[in-house]
Amino acid sequence: MINAEDQPLLQADGLSKWYGPQLACRDISFELYPGEVIAVVGESGAGKTTLLQLLSAQLVPSAGHVCYRMRDGVMHDLASLGEAQRRFLFRTDWGYVHQDPALGLRMAVSAGANVGERLMAVGWRHYGRIRDAAQGWLDRVEIARERIDDTPTTYSGGMRQRLQIARNLVTDPRLVFMDEPTGGLDVSVQARLLDLIRELVAQLRLAVVIVTHDLAVARLLSHRIIVMKDGAVIESGLTDQVLDDPREPYTQLLVSSILPA
Amino acid sequence: MYVLDLVNVKKSFILHLQGGLRLPVVNGVNFAVQPGECLALAGPSGCGKSSILKMIFGSYRCDGGHILVRDNDRIVDIATASPRTVITTRRRAVAYVSQFLRAVPRVATIDVVAQTLDRTSRDEARMGAAALLRRLNIPERLMAVPPVTFSGGEQQRVNIARGFLPERPLLLLDEPTASLDSENRAVVIDLIAEKKRRGVAVVAIVHDQDARNAIADRIVDIASFAAA
Repeated sequence: MINAEDQPLLQADGLSKWYGPQLACRDISFELYPGEVIAVVGESGAGKTTLLQLLSAQLVPSAGHVCYRMRDGVMHDLASLGEAQRRFLFRTDWGYVHQDPALGLRMAVSAGANVGERLMAVGWRHYGRIRDAAQGWLDRVEIARERIDDTPTTYSGGMRQRLQIARNLVTDPRLVFMDEPTGGLDVSVQARLLDLIRELVAQLRLAVVIVTHDLAVARLLSHRIIVMKDGAVIESGLTDQVLDDPREPYTQLLVSSILPA
Repeated sequence: MYVLDLVNVKKSFILHLQGGLRLPVVNGVNFAVQPGECLALAGPSGCGKSSILKMIFGSYRCDGGHILVRDNDRIVDIATASPRTVITTRRRAVAYVSQFLRAVPRVATIDVVAQTLDRTSRDEARMGAAALLRRLNIPERLMAVPPVTFSGGEQQRVNIARGFLPERPLLLLDEPTASLDSENRAVVIDLIAEKKRRGVAVVAIVHDQDARNAIADRIVDIASFAAA
């Protein structure tokens, strides 16, 4: 019998993206397995966010394919999905955590409604149950109960980011995309958020593609690293191997540029 | 029935930031370790002992040869295994005590240790962690605190507990007694002896002569594998 864990959840095959004459991603292929965390690292402009948007079907590749194993166990090319399947992915099976929480939250509605909305989108109707689920998730991301009716505009940056994570995870997704989730936060807030993400990812056996330029974030969270430069993957492998024994000149430069605390 | 078998292992570094300087480390490393045996790696600083341990663990790449690790009924060549296979093999078959603890902010000492048992219930893992930390003379009141602020010796004992709590067939030790006082050194020597009695294969780097004599069944001089 083939174990579901032994089959890839997401498969990128020869992905490329041009913006006019500008090449943003070049011939990228890899597989992501259930419960696996891959960090995409590289400096600004390397094509990391473009890659994330290609993988999450927000951008159409100029060449290549992204395939995803739906809950029925069958691999589907994202380009061939019908509207209903695509909606299911965005609303339920996937999460997308933006660097700027304002992009992933509705800033004018309460925290509870931000979390509950994803549940209503998948058919939950019972108000009390939705509120309980939202409450449970606010607890898990360490947001005080009395803040459930406040809007995220009254939240600090770190709280907003934790709320965005709760909103994404409430539907029990199998795959979460994260774009610099700790960027722009104070270091002490970052540590708390990272620790929270690390725990949730392990508890929920989430597969994650996380874009970061912070190698410490990659080391803490990821099993594997993909190093990007000028739109291409120049090195990839086991996280501690890439960071402790980098092979490519650019990766050696990245690793040696960290200032020890 | 070896637990670990190194065949013609080769390693060098190429430092691109130093104009492509090539640093040969070791060449033609051959040794095997049996269950219940402790092999000590000896040789002067910089001869490649830690590099060999890291290659066995898989955090350094291996440039040639084979690193065969027995994981129950299968044998994995860490030198060529995929990242996923290395991770599974570590989880099932390899425990590693590095020279320095890499602590995660905010995680309590007891959980830093307990988290190495990912297949055990949290309470049970914490009980095991607490018992081991107590044996290593980490006071109860420190167990709830993250180890970031601990002294070097305390951090090293937490690191040792992390490596010794999961019972895996292969145990890699990089200077486990270096920053310990004599009382704690004796505890670690006892712990290693217990592992050996239970059939664990141990590969250790230990500079301290007395500690090495107390634990090692065999000594391999890594300087004899110096790369040309």
